[in-house]
Amino acid sequence: MIDQADIDTPATAPKAHAEVEHREQYAGQWTLIWWKLGRNKVALFSGAVVLIIYLVAIFADFLAPFSSEHYQGRYAYAPPQPLSFFVQNEEGWRFQPHVNAYTTDIDPVSFRRTFVPDPEEVVPVRFFAAGETYHLLGIIPTDIHLLGPENPRDPMFLFGADRLGRDVLSRTIHGTRVSMSIGLIGVGLSLVLGIILGGLSGFIGGAVDTLIQRIIEFLQSIPTIPLWMGLAAAIPQSWTPLQVYFAITVILSLIGWTSLAREVRGKFMALRHEDFVTAARLDGLGEMVIIRKHLVPSFLSHIIASVTLAIPAMILAETALSFIGIGLKPPVVSWGVLLQEAQNIRSVATAPWLFLPGAAIVVSVLSMNFLGDGLIDAADPYGN
Amino acid sequence: MTLVAKQGIRRSGSSDRRTPIYTVEGLRVHFPITRGVMRRIVGQVKAVDDISFIVYRGETLGLVGESGCGKTTTGRALLRIVEPTGGRITYTPPDGDPINVRTAGRDELKAVRRAARMVFQDPNSSLNPRLPVGEIIGEGLHYHGIARGAEIEDRVADMLRRVGLRPEYIRRYPHAFSGGERQRIGIARALAVNPNFVICDEAVSALDVSVQAQILRLLRELKDEFDLTYLFVGHDLAVIQHICDRVAVMYAGKLVEIGPTQSIFATPRHPYTEALLSAVPRPDPRVRGTGERVRLAGEVADVSNLPSGCAFHPRCRYATERCKTETPQLRPVGEQMVACHFADSLTLKGVGSYAA
Repeated sequence: MIDQADIDTPATAPKAHAEVEHREQYAGQWTLIWWKLGRNKVALFSGAVVLIIYLVAIFADFLAPFSSEHYQGRYAYAPPQPLSFFVQNEEGWRFQPHVNAYTTDIDPVSFRRTFVPDPEEVVPVRFFAAGETYHLLGIIPTDIHLLGPENPRDPMFLFGADRLGRDVLSRTIHGTRVSMSIGLIGVGLSLVLGIILGGLSGFIGGAVDTLIQRIIEFLQSIPTIPLWMGLAAAIPQSWTPLQVYFAITVILSLIGWTSLAREVRGKFMALRHEDFVTAARLDGLGEMVIIRKHLVPSFLSHIIASVTLAIPAMILAETALSFIGIGLKPPVVSWGVLLQEAQNIRSVATAPWLFLPGAAIVVSVLSMNFLGDGLIDAADPYGN
Repeated sequence: MTLVAKQGIRRSGSSDRRTPIYTVEGLRVHFPITRGVMRRIVGQVKAVDDISFIVYRGETLGLVGESGCGKTTTGRALLRIVEPTGGRITYTPPDGDPINVRTAGRDELKAVRRAARMVFQDPNSSLNPRLPVGEIIGEGLHYHGIARGAEIEDRVADMLRRVGLRPEYIRRYPHAFSGGERQRIGIARALAVNPNFVICDEAVSALDVSVQAQILRLLRELKDEFDLTYLFVGHDLAVIQHICDRVAVMYAGKLVEIGPTQSIFATPRHPYTEALLSAVPRPDPRVRGTGERVRLAGEVADVSNLPSGCAFHPRCRYATERCKTETPQLRPVGEQMVACHFADSLTLKGVGSYAA
């Protein structure tokens, strides 16, 4: 039985500690997620790295010393040159960024040319150097590069040169564009497919749900490499590199949408029977308004987190396709294409710097994964 | 003065005008059990099976029973949150023609849902954590087309004040509130659109006992202030006795007894009601041990496979052969309606002797 004393306590009781204001009380979902993510230093650091990588992709023309086509045949397989900032002469140390030029040795037995950095000959290098012309962001015509040799004909290969004497650093920077954007665009397409099909599946249910789920199971049961090979083989040889690029993106996202669709469906099903959705229905909201106002905001953060984890998978898929020679092809520059060019015994034995694009892949995939893990943890700031 | 006596006075005041507000006739909510790829129907879960009752304007009707007896489903069927599979539900507005809720079209249903509201059990899951409370409470005002723009904010602030919260809280999010305060927000949302009927679905079950008392008191105050009618779904008999004018007892999807709170508690006519009442804890040490505890054998009846005859007979200590074969109908016995063959002859123990 309820005690009489309890009943006589005033109905307007909750006021005791109301005077203390906390910023948490006014914080919405995204603010809470941001605070929670902010406590995860690894995720924050990875997020900064991801941001830098995308900035590199956007400003690739400016950051790369040369264009991806620029070559100096004399310097085929030239090793990386270290960048130094000071030169010593009779007056002492002087600020002069430079690399050291090469001297060429020819092996009398094999007639193979080897490059040795020449400590005597300095190639002056300057920041904001004039080089090849390009359009910054596709609009502003300019010829300024962040770093370049003062004399454009001088060698400057910070990551070494490939078999045609092209700068590996420049090509890696230019490859960032294709490799990082194929992840974004591919995941974007998967996301559209995943949200529409997963949403339909979870919202309508019944036969539609069964059909979509069986299609997903079928797609997921196909071994990916043979499927890619089959689809990639169907791309006409006459297509331009740009068309091939989009075709590959579509192929990747045709498989990538399945897991996202599952996730969206699961969220839809779980949320549909939440009391607050029922309450919204009783409040007179239509189904579309409920989806927009209650359902989507409730799972959007989870979707963003899984998208962050899906991008590196796409990047790796593109790399794998290009590496086995059925994805992108030269003259398109992507990390996968660059690695494909490195897959011969000579590169492994004498020009290991050709694998530096692989390091770019590892760094970007790892930072994306750490960021995605952090986002998943932060995505639901209300759980305990 | 005891609570029961208090309620007796209030009841006699309100029962002068016995106008029905919600009439339920033969309500059925059955869920099919499907099996296999082809979704072959192999059985029915009879969550609610042929129940009838009337909620009168101005009263508080309690709906009690064990978990799984269909009381929550009944409450939800009244607003068509779950679709009834049979029967008739009629809502009678104070000024207008009765609306058949089961066949109501979109606009009619919206009108019913504006006049008849619901307070949910769990204040954590019934408030969207991603919206500030102002938006949660104002949602009904906006989408039922009652108010617009700044007017919504004024009315929400007013509602907050009426449920005992400060109007400045309007921009806070639900996580900034305690369980009791959240339930106040849920009540404010239900009442914001100025309804005349409220279904309280275990509205205090998830709260601490001390907070329960505050919320019950608030509900009672608001009932007078807004001239409300309550259907109070619950399993806590102490709460039911405290707040309800009449009580309906459900067992396995069926109504077994309905009548005025005082007479149900003092002289239960159904063996199941007796068993429920004997389970009420008695805080007074002087009466401890005096009452006989009726221990029910076995499990709650499985609503997908109901026993024959009276669904309660496997657990009933008065059951005879007749109970196994013949289903008892609800019939008037004294002040109550009872579904038991032996309602006239059994002498059952209530809690009235000590509560009076």
